[in-house]
Amino acid sequence: MVIVLTEQQQGRFKNASFTAITAGAKVAHELGTQCVALVIGKADDPAALGEYGASKVIHLDAPELESIDSKVYTTFISEVALREKAKLVIVSHTSTGKSLLGRLAVRLKGGFASGVSKIQVEGNKISITRSAFSGKAIENYVLSGDVGVVSLLPNATPALKDGGPCPVEKPDISMSGSSINVREVKRTDGRVPLPEANLVVSAGRGLKDPSNWGIIKSLAEVLGASTACSRPVADSGWRPHHEHVGQTGLAIRPNLYIAIGISGAIQHLAGVNNSKVIVVINKDPEAPFFKAADYGVCADLFEVVPKLTEALRKANGA
Amino acid sequence: MKLLVCICKTPETTAKIAFKDNDTVYDSTGVTFMLNPYDEWYALVRALELKEKSGGTVTVINIGSAEDDVMIRKALAIGADDAIRVNATPRDAYFTASQISAYAKDKNFDLIFTGKETIDYNGSLVGGMIAEILDLPFISYASHLEIDNGVAVVTRDIEGGVEISEVNLPMVCSAAKGLAEQRIPNMRGIMTSKTKPLTIIDPVEVPSLIQEVRYSLPPQKSAVHMLQADQMDELVRLLREEAKVI
Ligand SMILES: Cc1cc2nc3c(=O)[nH]c(=O)nc-3n(C[C@H](O)[C@H](O)[C@H](O)COP(=O)(O)OP(=O)(O)OC[C@H]3O[C@@H](n4cnc5c(N)ncnc54)[C@H](O)[C@@H]3O)c2cc1C
Ligand SMILES: Nc1ncnc2c1ncn2[C@@H]1O[C@H](COP(=O)(O)O)[C@@H](O)[C@H]1O
Repeated sequence: MVIVLTEQQQGRFKNASFTAITAGAKVAHELGTQCVALVIGKADDPAALGEYGASKVIHLDAPELESIDSKVYTTFISEVALREKAKLVIVSHTSTGKSLLGRLAVRLKGGFASGVSKIQVEGNKISITRSAFSGKAIENYVLSGDVGVVSLLPNATPALKDGGPCPVEKPDISMSGSSINVREVKRTDGRVPLPEANLVVSAGRGLKDPSNWGIIKSLAEVLGASTACSRPVADSGWRPHHEHVGQTGLAIRPNLYIAIGISGAIQHLAGVNNSKVIVVINKDPEAPFFKAADYGVCADLFEVVPKLTEALRKANGA
Repeated sequence: MKLLVCICKTPETTAKIAFKDNDTVYDSTGVTFMLNPYDEWYALVRALELKEKSGGTVTVINIGSAEDDVMIRKALAIGADDAIRVNATPRDAYFTASQISAYAKDKNFDLIFTGKETIDYNGSLVGGMIAEILDLPFISYASHLEIDNGVAVVTRDIEGGVEISEVNLPMVCSAAKGLAEQRIPNMRGIMTSKTKPLTIIDPVEVPSLIQEVRYSLPPQKSAVHMLQADQMDELVRLLREEAKVI
C-alpha cells in the first residue's frame, strides 16, 4: 500500500495534497498496489480524493487534532502504515510534512528522503530524485528498508483528476497525549501562501524605495501572483520576512518567477532556481540573473513593469 | 537551564559544487566551509540569550572530523561554554540524530536546538529524528521563543502565517530566521575559546537507512531569450503560448 497524508486548511484540501495523491497513485499502480489517503482533522468531501487516484480514504476527525503535534500524528500515521502494510508513506514538503518526516522515518525504521521531486519504481524498489546544495545538484537514491518515508514537493507533478469518489473509512483509533498546546494561528493575508504559489512576482533593491512597491503589487494582481523579495528588501523592513526567498529564506519552485531589480546573487538563486520559467527584468546587462533566466528584459524596471502589467491586462480582457 | 545546540559545517555559499568517487561523494577539494547559518546565527545565539537571562550552560555538539574543530572553536568564541565532537563522518540524518541522541539521553538537557536545515543537503530532518529517538516534543522552524517557568512559548513559521504554541520542557526546537540576531565573536571570546573544553567522543553504531546516493548536476538552462521594453505584448504571448505558464 502507498499511504498519502493530506493537509487541509479550514476543511479544504491543499493543492499539495492533490499532487501527493496523484503521485502516490502512480507509484502504487507501478508497485501493483493501491493508494490510501490519510486525512486527519476537519475535511470537506474526503471521498473526492478518489478523483485523484485514492482507492480509499481513512479519515480521523477529532477536535484535538486541529493542532498538529508531530508526536501524536506520528503515532497515528505509523499505526495505519503498519496495519495497511505500507511500502511507502508520502507527506507534503510543507511546514506540517517537514515536522513529521524525521519522526516517521525513525518510528517506521524506513528509508527516507525530504523535498522529493520525483518517485520512481524500479522492480520492487523505490528510488527518489531530489535537489541538494540549494538546487546546484541533483541527488538520486534507492530507499532502503521495508517502508519508505518521503516528503514530496508541493508542485512535484501536476494534480490529475481521472476517477470518481472513493469509500471513506472512519477508524476506531483515539489519539491523545498532545504535549503541544497551540494558542493561536495568525494568517498573514488572504493570498496563496508563497510556497504554494504557481506564479510569483519578486522584487529586489532595484526598486529603490518601499513606496515603489505599488507597481509590483499591480503586476501581481493582474497575474493573480503572490509576491516575494530578495533578502536586503526584507532586512531593511520594506517587506515582511516571510516573503524573503533564497538560501536563508524560502525555497520556492513556482511555474513562473518574475525577478524585478534583483541582481541574482547565488544565495538568491538558491531559493528560486527550481522555478519552471524565470523572467528577469534588470537594467544591468551584466546582472548574473540573466544567466539563470528563460526570458530577460534589459531595461529600467520603472518603465517595463507598468508596460508588462498593461500588456497582461489587455491580454486578460481579450 | 541546560541547553544543547547542534552545529555543523556547510560549504561557503559560493563554493563550487562537484562530486567524486563515481558521483557518490561531494568533492570538497579546495572548498572553504562555514558554520551552517541557521545553527550559528539563530540556534546558538538564542541559546546564549536564554542563558544570559536565566543562567545555565550552553553546550555545542558536532558530528564530524578534526577538520571541524575550527568551526567548533568559533561557536565557543561566540559564547558556548563547552563542546562535544563525535568523531565520525556524518553518513545521513539518521546517523547524525542517533549520535546526538546517544550523547544527550542521560544529560537532562532542557532544550535541544538544531538549525532548520543544513544549507547543503537541505534535509530538515535531524531535529525531528532526535525528538523521536528521545521521545520529546518537537517544534520546527521556530522564529520566536520565550521560556517562562519551564514552559516554552514558541512561534513557528507555517505557510502563509505563524502558529504560536506552548510546550513543556524538555523539547527539541529547530531554529529559523528571526529567532535571534547574528553575533560576531569579539577578541575576548576568541581568546577564551581556546581554553574552553572540547571533548571528543566515539560514535555509537547505527544501522543505515539510506542506500548509496548518486549525484548529478542540473541540466544547463538554454540561452535566455532577450526582449526590449516595448515588447511586453510579445512577452505575454511567449509566456502563454511557448512557456505555457499563464
Ligand atoms: C550567507 C548568505 C546568505 C544569503 N541569503 C540570501 C537569501 O536567502 N536571499 C537573498 O535574496 N539574498 C541572500 N543573500 C544576499 C545576496 O548575496 C545578495 O546580496 C542579495 O540577494 C542582493 O539583493 P538584490 O538583488 O535585491 O540587491 P542588489 O544586489 O543590490 O541588486 C539590485 C539589482 O537591481 C538592478 N536595478 C537597479 N535599478 C534598477 C532599475 N531602475 N531597473 C531595473 N533594474 C534595476 C541592479 O542592476 C541590480 O542588479 C545572502 C548572503 C549571504 C552571504
Ligand atoms: N554533522 C552534524 N553535527 C551536528 N549537528 C548536525 C550535523 N548535521 C546536521 N546537524 C543539525 O541538524 C540540523 C538540520 O540538518 P538537516 O536535517 O541535515 O537539514 C542542522 O541545522 C544542525 O543543527
